[in-house]
Amino acid sequence: MAKPLKCDVCSQPATVHLTQIINNQIHKIDLCENCAEQKGITDPSGYSLADLLVKPESESAPEVAALSCPECGCTQREFKKTGRLGCAKCYEVFSSVVSPALLNMHRGDSHRGKVPQRALERRTFIDRLGTLESGLQDAISSERYEDAARMRDEIIELKKAMEAAAAEA
Amino acid sequence: MLIKSIFGGKSEMTEAGSKKCPVVLMTRIRLARNLADVPFPGWAKEARRKEVLETCLPSVASLGQMKRGISAEIESLSDLERQILVERHLISRELSTHAEAAGVVISKDQSISVMINEEDHLRIQVIKSGYRFKSVWNAADAIDTALEEQLDFAFSQKIGYLTACPTNVGTGMRASTMMHLPALVISSQMEKVVRAVNQLGIAVRGLFGEGSDASGSIFQISNQTTLGESEEEIVKRLSSVLRTIIDQEMNAREKILEKDPNKLYDKIGRAYGILQNSHLLTSSECMNLASLVRFGVDLEMFPEKTRNIVDRMFIECQPGHVQYHAGDEIDSSARDAFRAQYMRKQFENVDRPIFQLHETSTEDDTPKQEPEQEAE
Repeated sequence: MAKPLKCDVCSQPATVHLTQIINNQIHKIDLCENCAEQKGITDPSGYSLADLLVKPESESAPEVAALSCPECGCTQREFKKTGRLGCAKCYEVFSSVVSPALLNMHRGDSHRGKVPQRALERRTFIDRLGTLESGLQDAISSERYEDAARMRDEIIELKKAMEAAAAEA
Repeated sequence: MLIKSIFGGKSEMTEAGSKKCPVVLMTRIRLARNLADVPFPGWAKEARRKEVLETCLPSVASLGQMKRGISAEIESLSDLERQILVERHLISRELSTHAEAAGVVISKDQSISVMINEEDHLRIQVIKSGYRFKSVWNAADAIDTALEEQLDFAFSQKIGYLTACPTNVGTGMRASTMMHLPALVISSQMEKVVRAVNQLGIAVRGLFGEGSDASGSIFQISNQTTLGESEEEIVKRLSSVLRTIIDQEMNAREKILEKDPNKLYDKIGRAYGILQNSHLLTSSECMNLASLVRFGVDLEMFPEKTRNIVDRMFIECQPGHVQYHAGDEIDSSARDAFRAQYMRKQFENVDRPIFQLHETSTEDDTPKQEPEQEAE
């Protein structure tokens, strides 16, 4: 050890040397004065070596880090770190972790409260309309005119019902 | 501009304290909601957050309930304005510090506030003085239903409303009351109560939520779980716990009066003396003194109208409010002096407390069996 230790963050000569024991494992880190201050090591109470050592690439549990939400890009590791999910889709993507957690923190795992009835109806309407419209196109292009007429009528009925529901609100 | 309208109107919180239930200062319900198909605020990119703000702010502001209310982007508010909103429980500390693309809409009577881009896209909050879960729920439910007409919320048939933090999923509802529990604090029973209540899935916090202290003997008591029960069931379970806490507090009051009335009279008498004569007052001392005077009002030692002064003090002795009244941003020692002066003025015309044993009046202070029987 003839050479002076270098800072683990910026490679300047290190003057701050830290050792922490977490789960019976020794972690050592060397820092220069500037980086030490930036990382808040001058205040040893509010600081964990683990935060410093963990780099996004070097994950100890790759299968956890690998899982990410296709919708918003939030990773399971992010969720474990912050306790917050990225988007609604994350509940499905990370269900293997979230579902058991829900049972632990709540009084059951299924919703029994208010349902956004009108919004759900609206969504059902819109989904149904989409299905009918693409069905209508198919029917026309494959010259099934009877089907096409039936679907056209159904679309008209559905739109009427949607307008009526909106007017009622 | 914003501040003026906040102080100009009458506020539900400070004007309507009643003797019906001396223990419960106010009732609050908040609902967490998110837009479908947009990442939650904490994860969304700045541009998406802006989109959410631009969609939600006009939607919320257009509601009938928000007529002639206040609608603002947090970034456009000064630090002092934000602090005042926090002290009035109209926005959270989190929203005041994470102001980028965040907004709030507040109803004219300040009983409803909707925060935009807090931890969730929407946080609907209704807060009223006294013990009034029924009317508070009805108001929150109505706002939520009205917003549902304009916005698609993230919702799953299985686990309900989807929220950034899984602890809020399901109903997205946090129901709470602010409880004034001076006798439980004086007789050192609060720790025991907190422990027992926690085991029932009910949380106890200070006046300003997580991490705040319990100065003024005021505690915020709320449900911890949001999934697996309906809103009604949650409120019912919470209410039965609150009922027990009220009984405990009333028993503790009776015991103190029975065992050592002089000790209590001494505390209340001194509080009155300090409020009328002090020249330096910290906010936490002021809270504790106000708490004792409120206890005195419950015991009919002070006239009933003193209750409003005290309830206003709980809010107006906070640093932001003191600076507003001082007309300037001032440091903490100047605030202490100004606060003392302000309180001397408030208490100038409050009559001396009447010290006599209240053999029968402790009975009167027990709230009626159904404190929710409200005339509306």
